[in-house]
Amino acid sequence: MSRSVTTQRKIINTTAAWAVGLLIFFPILWTILTSFKTEAQAISDPPVFLFFDWTLENYTEVQERSDYMRFLWNSVIIAGGSTLLGIIVAIPAAWSMAFVPSKRTKDILLWMLSTKMLPAVGVLYPIYLIFINMGLLDSKIGLVVVLMLTNLPIIVWMLYTYFREIPGEILEAARMDGASLKEEILYILTPMAIPGIASTVLLNIILAWNEAFWTLNLTAANAAPLTAFIASYSSPEGLFYAKLSAASTMAIAPILILGWFSQKQLVRGLTFGAVK
Amino acid sequence: MATQHSRSAARLMMAPAVVLLLGWMLIPLTMTLLFSFKKYLPLRGGDLGWVGFDNYVRFVTSSAFWPSVLTTLIIVSGVLIITVVFGILLAILLDQPMWGQGIVRILVIAPFFVMPTVSALVWKNMFMDPVNGLLAHLWGAFGAQPVEWLSQASVPSIVMIVSWQWLPFATLILLTAIQSLDSEQMEAAEMDGAPILSRFWYIVLPHLGRATTVVILIQTIFLLSIFAEIFVTTQGSFGTRTLTYLIYQRVLESQNIGLGSAGGVYAIILANIVAIFLMRIVGKNLDG
Repeated sequence: MSRSVTTQRKIINTTAAWAVGLLIFFPILWTILTSFKTEAQAISDPPVFLFFDWTLENYTEVQERSDYMRFLWNSVIIAGGSTLLGIIVAIPAAWSMAFVPSKRTKDILLWMLSTKMLPAVGVLYPIYLIFINMGLLDSKIGLVVVLMLTNLPIIVWMLYTYFREIPGEILEAARMDGASLKEEILYILTPMAIPGIASTVLLNIILAWNEAFWTLNLTAANAAPLTAFIASYSSPEGLFYAKLSAASTMAIAPILILGWFSQKQLVRGLTFGAVK
Repeated sequence: MATQHSRSAARLMMAPAVVLLLGWMLIPLTMTLLFSFKKYLPLRGGDLGWVGFDNYVRFVTSSAFWPSVLTTLIIVSGVLIITVVFGILLAILLDQPMWGQGIVRILVIAPFFVMPTVSALVWKNMFMDPVNGLLAHLWGAFGAQPVEWLSQASVPSIVMIVSWQWLPFATLILLTAIQSLDSEQMEAAEMDGAPILSRFWYIVLPHLGRATTVVILIQTIFLLSIFAEIFVTTQGSFGTRTLTYLIYQRVLESQNIGLGSAGGVYAIILANIVAIFLMRIVGKNLDG
């Protein structure tokens, strides 16, 4: 094969891939651009792409009118809290399954995953009822617990696959040297496991941040995170495209950035190791 | 090997996760099962006693049931076809040598990280709005009559929105699978003069078989329960009421808990059938 052919092919590949990539990304790009327009420019026909009077007005207006920061804070607490709680519960479980496997380990893992596949709508009313009776409706703590439980199988699963990659011989050696179980976990396992734990945390923050069944159905004014705040734009008044865009851009920006870091973990976390 | 001591410690460490998930599964599931055999109307008399399988019969004989099954099938299969076909093509394209591969990959994956309420509302308003939407402007530029997407072509519009969200997922997983393809085998086939199409048909596609199955199964489980996309666009009107949305309406909007719970049991059974196949593949991989 001559060099010119491969270069030519590379040019074609590059052009095609960039065209498709930009097409797929376009709705996001358009939302970001629109967030800097005035409401009149946001709906102008023909649409303006780049040459408009860039303004930050929408961002300040979204904050002033609807107390955006409160929803953002709720999202942070709910996504962060549920992930943290999930990690605390999952680390010991994944550790023991990875390093002290028994005959039933596989069954327990598969059973845990199967709970993730329960359709949420099938248990909507029981959860709703429990929430009412316990005074958890429209509370952040209630959502933290529910999202922790819905994502716990994925957290356990991901940690398990990462822990299994840590060579068991190292632990054996530490045990021989008289390390206790506590020391084993604290000084040997933890440092080796931190990258895996970090990616698990990352993916779960993304999943919890974007969760839009429980957050829509179990919150009202108080505990509503960004998913629910954005949903309130579904019955708008007057011109609102630029403001919707500004609110949307702020809601997705942190996760887009986190997401780009966690592309690789996405495959591991969401296919349960079925694709390597 | 593990001592008796470390084994019981291991069991203890597993306990919190197991107990929590067991409770999370059993308590609400038992409640749903109990409610499904009752006439239970919280706003109109509360618990009105046991009714046997009445709710199960009424759920499937109500006029809304079969249309919702059909809508669910169309949406799930529509999204599956679009995401798998374009996912394979995109994965092959992204696997080719090119400049800026990393950036293109980021552009393609990005929609997956957009929260469902944002993507649905952005599509609904800024693209599919019949007056101010970008698609209406585009149609207008060609002198065509703007389409009222979410009422005249409501189901295809939902399929379109959801496909946009899930195409990155399919692409990313299929790309991972393609990258594990033995390049020597491809080169050998190329040397032997196998044309591109037959290389694709006889080497790439079979290799992608399992990844495609996994994509289909996982997506089916998530697609069966899409909610926010319908909640913020059509609220189930214009024929977009899926099984999930129908159950939601029975439970929270009309507060007919018995009927909704019977529907919930159907949904759980349906999801479990898909899950069994997925679990088999996952289980096989655990052994390997």
